[in-house]
Amino acid sequence: MSGPAPISVAAQRAGVLSHASLNAEYRHLVLRAGAPASGALPGQFFQLLCPAPPGEAPFLRRPMSLYGADPARGEVEFLYKVTGAGTRGLATLSVGDTLDIMGPLGHGFALDPAWRGVVAIGRGAGLATLAPIAKAARAAGIGVTAILSARRPELVVSEDLFRGQGARVITVTDQEGTSGPAHVERLLRGLIAEGGVDAFLTCGSARLLRVQQRLGREFGIPGQVAMEQQMACGLGMCFCCVRDFNEGGEIVHKRVCWDGPVFDMLEAVA
Amino acid sequence: MREGGMTDMSVRIGGLTLANPVMPASGTFAEGLALAADLDALGALVTKTITRELRAGNPLPRVAETAGGMLNAIGIPSKGVPYFLEHTLPAMRAFAPPLVVSISAPTAEGFATLAAEVSVPGVAAIEANISCPNIEEDGRAFAMRAESTEAVIRRLRAATPLPLWAKLTPNTGDVPEVARAAEAAGADALVVANTILAMSVDLTTFRPRLGNVMGGLSGPAIKPIVLRQVYQCARAVRIPVIGCGGISTAEDAAEYMIAGATAVQVGTATFLHPGAMEAVIEGLSRFCAGRGIARVSELTGALHREETDEAELEWAEPAP
Repeated sequence: MSGPAPISVAAQRAGVLSHASLNAEYRHLVLRAGAPASGALPGQFFQLLCPAPPGEAPFLRRPMSLYGADPARGEVEFLYKVTGAGTRGLATLSVGDTLDIMGPLGHGFALDPAWRGVVAIGRGAGLATLAPIAKAARAAGIGVTAILSARRPELVVSEDLFRGQGARVITVTDQEGTSGPAHVERLLRGLIAEGGVDAFLTCGSARLLRVQQRLGREFGIPGQVAMEQQMACGLGMCFCCVRDFNEGGEIVHKRVCWDGPVFDMLEAVA
Repeated sequence: MREGGMTDMSVRIGGLTLANPVMPASGTFAEGLALAADLDALGALVTKTITRELRAGNPLPRVAETAGGMLNAIGIPSKGVPYFLEHTLPAMRAFAPPLVVSISAPTAEGFATLAAEVSVPGVAAIEANISCPNIEEDGRAFAMRAESTEAVIRRLRAATPLPLWAKLTPNTGDVPEVARAAEAAGADALVVANTILAMSVDLTTFRPRLGNVMGGLSGPAIKPIVLRQVYQCARAVRIPVIGCGGISTAEDAAEYMIAGATAVQVGTATFLHPGAMEAVIEGLSRFCAGRGIARVSELTGALHREETDEAELEWAEPAP
């Protein structure tokens, strides 16, 4: 994956259609947005110009991965957790307000139509990034097993969304003692033994990424990982968002916004 | 004259005529912007600074936001000259505006060698980044002193036939003196200025908010400071001054031109709004048309100013 994606990007003011708490931590924002935003693909992201919350003034845009996009309805969805000035600003948005969104940006997950089945593994906010894979994989005729990890069962997001698209869902949590890498590895070895794991798609956990990298090498299964990094421009210009990647044994910097945010799982340095 | 516009937007920078006075600031522009903006509408294109040596750049975090601006300490990652000539230059040549190549080096000789290497067809001018505060230890750079500025620009002048722009630093006490030194050594234009050396501390971790500890402040926060320096430099030299510091709107650009700038560079604003430069161009055209100004170049140095005697200035510039 290198060079610019053949996409066009626009900054547009998108109207808030709905905005609701999904659980104790995550909020779900649905926006009215035409093309190109509503044509965003799983794994792509937007740069949001967040409104200023009381007493704060976020200056830069905030990168936010896509939770859902519907070109027919002209809608874009985000799922976020309030963690800083930007997301505190987002939380002030009400139905009827507008939000300046720039996107879609970056390279998303590339689904190979030849795949029969994939495992989507995510944790925490990474579950929001994986969510749009459910619909895209179903449309491509690819079966999905989703392993969703969170601290507590009530913080697992995207479960209904995956089930609604016909995916098999396994939830693992810290509270239940099922989210550790050793247990997840046993689950994955079981799925691989059943057959039909043609790729890993992952986001949100370095520990789980390392498990997948190991199994990927052992069984020759490819994978893709969506990475996060603090950003400024989102268009590959400022080089703020670089991370280390292992390219043929050499450690190189790649820009998460431009070369990713979805990368070859084996190149990622977890 | 822009299509459908009433204003002649062209400006002359040394031997170069630009279709309009708006261009990106080095380091805030790459071909990725073409996904979101019409690059052919710009007065010029300015590359990220390239160096001869391969540079990985600074440790992360490389950016931190602050009131009305951002700090950056990117560290000039560079893939070297061959990569630039094989990849960056052909990609940039796909666009119509003249291409300005920003260069940097740790020595005057290195600057001269690099300038010669990039003086190739398709390059319209060279911007010598003698100012980037991250380049040398403790933020020092050539443009902090008149002597080192004159020495490096003299070497550069002998090394390239292309128009030579010197990008000055705001992080020195007497910018006009440095400006005069660059002019005397043969610079065709000055870019005033660069980011202002700054830092920020994370109160949760007690760590600096930049991996490099110090970095450059850009954005609206620095506009009045750099505007003052552009005013001072434009009065100190005869060569054109290109204003660069916190310009987000056409009104900002007009202020800079009235204070003495012949053209402007827009940087951080593009990170927030990819169409910022196009908006500045259109807004400047309207600004002029609305005031019956036929040519945007008439704005340059149009500041109305009461003659002031030296005694009255003393309060503003106390003796050391």
